[in-house]
Amino acid sequence: MFRDITIGQYYKTDSILHNLDPRVKIFATLVYVISIFTFHHFAGFVVAGLFFFAMVWLSKVPMKFLVRGLKPIVMLLVFTGILHLFFTSGDVVVQMGVLHITKQGIYKCVFVTLRLLLMMLGASLLTLTTTPNRLTDGLEKMLRPLNRLHVPVHELAMMMSIALRFIPILVEELDKIMKAQLARGADFEEGNIIKRLKNMMPILVPLFASAMRRANELAYAMDARCYHGGQGRTKMFPLHYESKDIAAYLIIVIYVVLLQVVCRIFAF
Amino acid sequence: MAIALQNVNYIYGVGSGQEYHALKNINLEIGDGEFVGLVGHSGSGKSTLIQLFNGLIQPTTGTITWDGQDISDRSFSKRALRGQVGLVFQYPEHQLFAESVLQDVEFGPRNLGLPNLQVELRSFEALKTVGIGEELLDVSPLALSGGQKRRVAIAGVLAMQPKFLVLDEPMAGLDPEGHEEMLRIFRKLHEEQHITIVLVSHNMDDVARYAKRLLVMNHGEIVLDGTPAQVFQYAEQLQQIGLGVPQSMALLRRIEAQTGEQIGSAITPEECADVLYRWLEQR
Repeated sequence: MFRDITIGQYYKTDSILHNLDPRVKIFATLVYVISIFTFHHFAGFVVAGLFFFAMVWLSKVPMKFLVRGLKPIVMLLVFTGILHLFFTSGDVVVQMGVLHITKQGIYKCVFVTLRLLLMMLGASLLTLTTTPNRLTDGLEKMLRPLNRLHVPVHELAMMMSIALRFIPILVEELDKIMKAQLARGADFEEGNIIKRLKNMMPILVPLFASAMRRANELAYAMDARCYHGGQGRTKMFPLHYESKDIAAYLIIVIYVVLLQVVCRIFAF
Repeated sequence: MAIALQNVNYIYGVGSGQEYHALKNINLEIGDGEFVGLVGHSGSGKSTLIQLFNGLIQPTTGTITWDGQDISDRSFSKRALRGQVGLVFQYPEHQLFAESVLQDVEFGPRNLGLPNLQVELRSFEALKTVGIGEELLDVSPLALSGGQKRRVAIAGVLAMQPKFLVLDEPMAGLDPEGHEEMLRIFRKLHEEQHITIVLVSHNMDDVARYAKRLLVMNHGEIVLDGTPAQVFQYAEQLQQIGLGVPQSMALLRRIEAQTGEQIGSAITPEECADVLYRWLEQR
């Protein structure tokens, strides 16, 4: 029942986007997300949207798969949309009792919703095309300069990759424990909120116990392999920029310039 | 109290683009008082199949009936079903959660809505069956040894007094003594309380010794179904699936191959000893 969450999931296939250096993709996602917030004209969405669909097409990730990942945030989108629609002051268009919709409200509602949507989709495209390992490798290398400031970059990256790696394991474990307690007649949908919380105990205690056990085992296993942190550690697959990565950087720059130019033209 | 599956299919991840056909057109009936061994290599669909028995998962297509009633019916009480069809998962000790052994075992019968006295009585009985002494009742289950934890977890299911008990690899990771002890408990439950038992295992020797009926699964299908003697006739097929035959049988086959004589067939070590004794006497 928890396996439907696709945010942060990796979609395994072979595409240009999958094979890019993770640093390019992290940089591109960052730039893209910021770029969504730089324009105030609808034409900006056309450019940003077209760029996004072009990337989806390149990534070979089915649109259906991307959209399914949005399910958990639909409520958030609807909620922020409605808030902006009804609670923005300005020129009133429709009046319904105490509620009123303004021209500025409609404008903001559409903009905020579309921006959040593109932001989420853009970010999920990053995780869909990049394995957690590559992602942390990329982050580690990008943040390496911070080492000078005594920020333990390698350790942070390692913690992040372990955390990411453990999500599916714990989800599976949760599923197993829930089934086992259901088999013993447990009910997780009955009663008021306090009763429901109490009913969660037979799941939470074994889940925490299992997380602790796994953490402990992993620590021993790492120790047994002489893990000693980032000092002098080499990579099995070191990151190197190739010509396609340079091309990707150029495309991002072109996208940003294009977006700005189009928005300036339409602003007049 | 029989469980019957008709044309049951189970597909994981329907519509996700990564569908996995875990069970293919399963037709199966397990009747009262049977002792069934369910064997198959990992990923053959055993675990999926047993989760269908007590309604933890619903078949993608097909029907499952318990005592003649369709368990997917809205009017059918899933909770009552789970009280009657007990399911012990792999490594059940990982699901212990309560503060004391007794409280943990009481969880199941309490969920069935039984009166206090009944709950306690059943829990004591179950703990006695698995051989957990009174001195451990108030101990935290997390403080027990591995074998004790396993037995407490099984008692937690037994305390619901199921008529049908499914055990997924209950001997995994136990020492030889714990292994034997576990099998003795199941045999006792079967013989004295007439509980139907389905034992999922990789170990051909165990199922050969205890089960009266064997189900062999491969790639989501039941490929062989019969008494151990019948099933082990298909030694070659079993070898291909990656399961093999009991060691007693393998031993006799090897002696036959080396001496060129017909010795006979045996499934359990005891039978094997008899067969070998008779053969040696004849020589």
